[in-house]
Amino acid sequence: MAVPRFWRENHERYNLKGAKCTNCATILFPARSLCPKCRHASVGKLVPQSLSGEGVVESFTTVHSAPAGFELQAPYVLAIVRLAEGPRVTAQIVDVGGKTVAVGMKVRKVFRRINQDGESGVLHYGYKFAVA
Amino acid sequence: MTVGIVSYGAAIPRYRIKSEEIARVWGEDPDSIKKGLNVHEKTVPSPDQDTTTLSVEAARVAIKRGRFDPKTIGAIYVGSESHVYAVKPTATILSEAIEASPYLTAADFEFACKAGTAAIQTCVGLVGAGMIERGLAVGADTSQGAPGDALEYSASAGAAAFVIGRERVIASINHTVSYTTDTPDFWRREGQRYPTHGGRFTGEPSYFRHVQAASERLMERADMKPASYQYAVFHQPNGKFPIRVAQKLGFNEPQFKTGLLTPIIGNTYSGSSVLGLCAILDEAKPGDRIFMCAYGSGAGADAFDITVTDEIRNLHREGTPTMKQLIDDKEYVDYATYAKFRGKIIKGASA
Amino acid sequence: MRDVAIIGQGMTKFGELWERSLRQLVTEAGLAAVKDAGVPGDRIDAMYVGSMSAGRFVGQEHVGALVVDEAGLAHHHIPSTRIEAADASGGVALRQGYLAVASGDADVVVVGGVEKMTDVIDQEQTNTLATVLDQEWEAFFGATFPSVYALMAQRHAHKYGTTAAQLAAVSVKNHEHGAMNPNAAYPFAITKDAVLKSPMVADPLRMLDCAANLDGAAAVVLCAADKVAEFTRKDRAVKILASHQASDTLAMHDRASITELAATKHAAKRAYERARLTPADIDVAEVHDAFTIAEILAIEDLGFYAKGSGGAAAEKGLTSWKGEKPVNTSGGLKARGHPPGATGVAQAAEIVQQLRGEAGKRQVADAEIGLAHNVGGSGGTAVVTIFGRMK
Repeated sequence: MAVPRFWRENHERYNLKGAKCTNCATILFPARSLCPKCRHASVGKLVPQSLSGEGVVESFTTVHSAPAGFELQAPYVLAIVRLAEGPRVTAQIVDVGGKTVAVGMKVRKVFRRINQDGESGVLHYGYKFAVA
Repeated sequence: MTVGIVSYGAAIPRYRIKSEEIARVWGEDPDSIKKGLNVHEKTVPSPDQDTTTLSVEAARVAIKRGRFDPKTIGAIYVGSESHVYAVKPTATILSEAIEASPYLTAADFEFACKAGTAAIQTCVGLVGAGMIERGLAVGADTSQGAPGDALEYSASAGAAAFVIGRERVIASINHTVSYTTDTPDFWRREGQRYPTHGGRFTGEPSYFRHVQAASERLMERADMKPASYQYAVFHQPNGKFPIRVAQKLGFNEPQFKTGLLTPIIGNTYSGSSVLGLCAILDEAKPGDRIFMCAYGSGAGADAFDITVTDEIRNLHREGTPTMKQLIDDKEYVDYATYAKFRGKIIKGASA
Repeated sequence: MRDVAIIGQGMTKFGELWERSLRQLVTEAGLAAVKDAGVPGDRIDAMYVGSMSAGRFVGQEHVGALVVDEAGLAHHHIPSTRIEAADASGGVALRQGYLAVASGDADVVVVGGVEKMTDVIDQEQTNTLATVLDQEWEAFFGATFPSVYALMAQRHAHKYGTTAAQLAAVSVKNHEHGAMNPNAAYPFAITKDAVLKSPMVADPLRMLDCAANLDGAAAVVLCAADKVAEFTRKDRAVKILASHQASDTLAMHDRASITELAATKHAAKRAYERARLTPADIDVAEVHDAFTIAEILAIEDLGFYAKGSGGAAAEKGLTSWKGEKPVNTSGGLKARGHPPGATGVAQAAEIVQQLRGEAGKRQVADAEIGLAHNVGGSGGTAVVTIFGRMK
C-alpha cells in the first residue's frame, strides 16, 4: 500500500497536467522541480500547464508478457507517444479496432483504469491513448 | 427562472457482444431471445473501463460542448449500481478528472436504473434554489447479469452526463414528478456479485405501475397530452417494455424511436433513459417538447417534461461524438472474451 | 592518477543455484579471485560490491557489511561499499574500485558483483527487475523491461530496417560462444529457427531474444600497477587503460534519441580518448546484451559499426569469436546468464581471461586490447572499461 505516493500525482495522470518553464518556454510532462534545459534559472519560474492530450506514435510494441495487474489486457499495445506540446510519454494504445498501429499515427488521450493495489486497495486511474 | 440542461455528453464502450453469441453458449434459441427481449447486441466494457472512466468521458464531452469553466460546478452527483467503491464516491474521482473546484458538494446515488435521473432532479433543485450556479449529474453503469440468466443478454455499460444550470439552458426542465414505493422486483444484497430479480413480477406491478403513475401525474401537472410531445423516452430494460408503456400512455413510434437504444446497446441501467435523451438532444430542434420517464427497481419512476430552447443551436458540437457515432464505432467479442473482461472467469482462481 | 591492473578473477557458475545463498555465492567468487591473484587477505585494502536488489530478492540491505564479514575480513575493518546502478551495479563497482586504487587511496581492492534472484517466485523477480524503469511514468502504465527495449527495437527497425532474423543472429552467436564457457548458465547452441519460434515477450523481442535473470557472482582483484610484482607475474596482470561512466534520463521516452544509448556513446568516447585508442583497436569486447537489440545498439554506439548497420554486422557473423570483431565470447548476458549485480564484473573477468590467453576453446587469437560495456536499465547508466596487456 503506497497511498500518498500515487495520490500525489492524480492531477497529473488524470488531466495530463505538466509544467511550463516561463524562463525558456519548454513544456514539461510530468512537472519537475527543475527545467532540464535551464536548470537553476528555472527555479520559481515553473507554472502548471495543461496538455491537450493530442499526440503522435513514435514507436510501439505489443506486450505479451504482462506485469501484475495487466494480465487481463494482454496482449496490449504500449507506445511512446510524442505529445503535441513536445514531451513524450509511455502509455498504452487502446481501441485500436481493425486498424494497424503504426509510427506516425495520431492519437488522443482517454481516461482509463490503469491498475489497482490488489483486491482491497486503491484503484489507479490515468491516461491511455486511442486512435484519433 | 428557467432551470434545465446546459450541456450533455455520452460515453459507451466500443466492444459489443451479440445475443446470438450468448445464446450459442447457453444452448438457447437466438431468434426467440431477440424476439422476446428485442435486444440484439449490447456494449461490453474492456477491463480498463468502469463506471468511473465512462462517467469521466461523458462529463468531459459535456464540458467541451458547453465551453464553460468546470470550476463553476457547485455539485456533482453520480448515480449507478456499479460504483467502483462501496465506500468512496465515484463523484470524487470525477471531480478531480474534470478539474472542478474542490469547493463543491458531491455524493454518489443508488436507485437501480434511475439513480442518474435522481441526480438530475437534485441538481435542478439546488440550481433552482440558487444554492449553486451549475450542477453535474451523471447516470453510469457497467452492469452485470448472472451467467445464463436472462439479464445476461441485456446488462450493459454506458454513461450520460448532464450539466444543469439556469443560464444558456438548451433544454428547460419544466416539471418533474416521481412515484416511489417499496416494491422488491430486482435487488442485490451487500456482498452478492450478481443481482436477483422476481421474473414476471418485474413487469406489471413494478415497471408499468410506477412508470404509468409518474407519467400520468406529470402530464396532468404540465397540462400536456402525449400527442403534444415530439419525443418520448422511457427506461428501457429490454426493447419491449418501453414500447409497451409508450403505447399504453398514448405515444407512438415516431415519438419513441430516436430514444430507444436498448436493442443495439443493451440496458445501460443508470444510463438507460438518459442515453436515450442524449440521442434525442443530438437531433432535437428549438421548441421541441421531450417527455422522459426513468424507472429504477426497488422501486421508483422519475418523469420529466422538457422543452428544447433556441440555445441548443449554440452548443459547440465539433470534436464531440454523437450517440450515432458512438453506437456505430464498434468491435465484436466472443463469449469467452466477454466472460474474461467481465470477471466471470478469473485467471488462476481456484473453484 | 596512477595505473591500475587486474591481477585476479573468479566467478561462480551462473544459473538457478537453489542450494547456494547470496553470501555463499559472493564468497565463492571472491575466494577464487583472490586465489588467482595470489593476494593474502590481510593485504586487501577495500571492497566494492555490485548488488542490484539484495533488499527485494533476499530481504537484505547493508550488503557492504555482509560481504566483508563473510570474507572473514570484518575484524580488519576495511571499507566495504555496495553499489547499485540497476544491472550496471557490477560495472560501476568496478569503476569505483578502479578509482580507489588510481587515486592512491588503496593499493589492493577486491571488486565483486552478486545477485541471488531465485529465492523469490518468478512474478516477484519480474516486478523487481522492473524497478530499473521509471516507476511513476513507465512501469506504472504497463511498461516492462523487455517492452522498453522492444520500443527501441521497433524504432530501430522503422529507421534502419533491422529485422527479426538479425536480432536472432545475436542470440545464436552468443549461445555458440556460451557452449564453450564452463561457467555459462546455458552452455548449448541454439538455432535461428528456435529463436524465431520462441514465445513473443514484447514484439519484436521473443523469449530467446532476452537474457535470463538468475543467480551468480563474479569478482576481480585490482592492484596498483607498480605493486603487481608483489603478488603475481606481470604477464598475468591486465591493465585498466580507461574507465568511464555516463548517465542519461531514467525514462527511455525522455531520451534525445530512442535508437541509441547516448550514455554508451559518451562513456566510450571518453574511454577511447583516455586510452588513446579507437574502436578499431578493440580486439575483443563484452557488451551488455540484456536483449538482442541491446547488443546491436552497443556495437553501433561503441563505434564498431555505423549506426543502423549493427544488425547486418551480426547477421554476417562479423561479431563471432572467429570474426573481425569478437563480441561476447563469454556467451554474453544471454548464454552466460545475467545476475544483474554480477554481470559487470563477470564481463571484466572474461576480458582478463582473453587477454591472458586463458580463455580455452573460445580464445580470440592475439587479443591485446579488450573492452567491457555494462548498462543500467534502458540506458540511464553506462560504464565502459578498456583493458590492455601489461607490458
